[in-house]
Amino acid sequence: MISALPPAAAIFLAQGTGGESRSLFRDLFGAGSGWGSFASAVLGFAVVFAVASALPVLFTWAERRVSGRMQQRRGPNRVGPFGLVQAVADGVKLMFKEDIIPANAERFLFALAPGLVLAGMIAAFALIPFSERAIVVDAPLGVYLLAALLSLQVLGVVMAGWASNNKWSLLGAMREAAQMVSYEIPMGICLLIGVLSFSTLSLREMSLAQADGWLNVGNWLIFRNPLFAFPAFVVLYVALLANTKRAPFDLPEAESELVSGFHTEYSGIRFSFFFLEEYASMFLVSALAVCMFLGGWNIPFLPGSVVTGSVGAEILAALVLIVKSFALVFVMIWLRWTLPRIRIDQVMNLCYKYLTPIAFVCLIGTCWWELR
Amino acid sequence: MTDLESTPKEGTREIVLDVRTQDMEINMGPQHPSTHGVLRVVITADGEIITSARPYVGYIHRCAEKIAECVTYDQFVPYTDRYDYLAAMNNNLGYCLAVEKAAELEVPPRATWIRMICAELNRIGSHLIAFGTYGLDLGAFTPFLYGFREREWMMSLFEKICGARLTYSFMFPGGLANDAPEGWFDEVLRFCDVFDRKWREYDALLTRNKIFIERTRDVGVIPAEMAKAYGLTGPCLRGSGVRFDLRESAPYLFYDRVSFDVPVGQGEMGTVGDCWDRYFVRMAEMLQSTRIIRQCVELCLAETTPGEVMAKKPKTLKIPPTEVYVGVENPRGELGHYLVTDGKDKAFRLKIRGPSFCNLSIIPAILPGTMIADAVAIIGSIDIVLGEVDR
Repeated sequence: MISALPPAAAIFLAQGTGGESRSLFRDLFGAGSGWGSFASAVLGFAVVFAVASALPVLFTWAERRVSGRMQQRRGPNRVGPFGLVQAVADGVKLMFKEDIIPANAERFLFALAPGLVLAGMIAAFALIPFSERAIVVDAPLGVYLLAALLSLQVLGVVMAGWASNNKWSLLGAMREAAQMVSYEIPMGICLLIGVLSFSTLSLREMSLAQADGWLNVGNWLIFRNPLFAFPAFVVLYVALLANTKRAPFDLPEAESELVSGFHTEYSGIRFSFFFLEEYASMFLVSALAVCMFLGGWNIPFLPGSVVTGSVGAEILAALVLIVKSFALVFVMIWLRWTLPRIRIDQVMNLCYKYLTPIAFVCLIGTCWWELR
Repeated sequence: MTDLESTPKEGTREIVLDVRTQDMEINMGPQHPSTHGVLRVVITADGEIITSARPYVGYIHRCAEKIAECVTYDQFVPYTDRYDYLAAMNNNLGYCLAVEKAAELEVPPRATWIRMICAELNRIGSHLIAFGTYGLDLGAFTPFLYGFREREWMMSLFEKICGARLTYSFMFPGGLANDAPEGWFDEVLRFCDVFDRKWREYDALLTRNKIFIERTRDVGVIPAEMAKAYGLTGPCLRGSGVRFDLRESAPYLFYDRVSFDVPVGQGEMGTVGDCWDRYFVRMAEMLQSTRIIRQCVELCLAETTPGEVMAKKPKTLKIPPTEVYVGVENPRGELGHYLVTDGKDKAFRLKIRGPSFCNLSIIPAILPGTMIADAVAIIGSIDIVLGEVDR
């Protein structure tokens, strides 16, 4: 389980550097002692791994059902109620398939790449505040760490493309590298707008700061600073689409051009890692956008005290965050089954000619707005 | 590299790149999702930019022309289904017209009307596949299933008239295998009405989509002169702005008795002859086809009575020595049959001019300089069927 080591290490390190951070697990085990810290890291990893594996199952099902409805067919409806267990059945099938490594592949890198891609994704889950205390690691540098972990996958994808020793894979990896490096610029600037507005890098504190206000949505960043934060949210969403390789930015995979792009040569369990990563990252980036721009776990029209305090309230808060994120994921699914794919030069044009300047304007505007 | 290796100007430092670069040679196909069959294009690419492209064909060559010399005229009809398997009716038609011209058979008018309806229905079906797979090539999956939804109805219409859904073998030299069943014409008219409404869905979903337009405008431009020089026919030629349609310029069947337009590329979104123009010519032709079908049904019901759909001919057709060429407008262009007979019950020689094969020949000329993603868009816009390229 190569993939298990980096997230565990990341969670452990993040907790170590956590300082005054609070989380459910640290409360449970006591923050001071070394063993308590270790135990909370282990439990935290287990929870994160479970959530990060369960949500993709739900989202693959949702994607297939939703696309089925959009295309006037039924979608999976045989395995379990409403076909809900279809993704599990597919996962089991993938696990038992032959694991093929091409003869001329760079074996070590080939094996490492899917694990690396998945690892960054799972580790990033630890940083998402599902409620005030249901957060595995509340790192003071949360946003920064999250951006760093998100960019880890480009390494894995380039590694996979190179190690496969396949020209289509290499082209896919090249596209991925170009696309990711470019889109991190508008993404980073938009994240900076959130940081600037709330004067914190902690996603938990951002969510807390968005409670209450006019109709209890007034403090959400997109309503608090509608002139600049709303366009920034749109820019961030587009950049995140590109970061998760979702249509219309699915150039690294582009099945009609590059066969299957960077994962052409992968099969069985290793392929399922890439697959899992795609769906996990869909949720992850949506949750990130929700925490920063759409009020996190806060419910519209209900005061912030409803979702903080008791355990029941925190479960409600976690559900709210999941529902909001799912709304964004739904838009991703909707876009994927509607739009054609953009060409690589148009992807670059969009990033450097439109998104980056807009993001900069929003950043400067937010500075003015906050100082006003 | 040459600039870097030349003598540096005074005051500048010499930079020597110790990197050997070479273009990458990629095999696109014969197993690739977007070559529409077993086409193999060997692409030389400098990063994403294509520097040269060579198509290799012949992976499903089935010796159709040789088979024609070994079986009787009627027996060859099922083989015609299989060259352009997306427009089997049109293939049947082209072959039958050639044999009928050579044998001087008189086809009953009812058979001719039904042939026209079938040919136009099949043109719609074929263009729907072109539309759907073009969406797939550009990464839009949903239009494909929308196209197949209407094509399904079209195929069930064929199933009702001849029992088959893909390879029909419905037309024979002299006429048709059977008359249309009761109620068939009404359903054809209903199909036309529904189809015209659904066509607007395609228009909104794909044709006017901003990303789709950006992907296809000014891409793979074929100027009119070049299109003529390469012998392009069908939507590929008309997309370049040349108004040439055999149904109009050399009418066969009763095409001179119905009114219809021949859509040509206007350069509406970019340059005349780009991928969008070729694509839109097909879309516009589908509406013309429903227009033709409506007139055919009306005239057929007004002028003919059910029953007679086969010419009087001997059981085994023997054609005295002669040579004929008949070209018909297939969905992909001019399908020509050049038939040489020698008085026996089999053809002496049958040469088939497949439009896809000629249209494909332009690929090495227009691919260089475009990107790999464009190559997919261009091959898709030429709309080849490999069964017909190889025959």
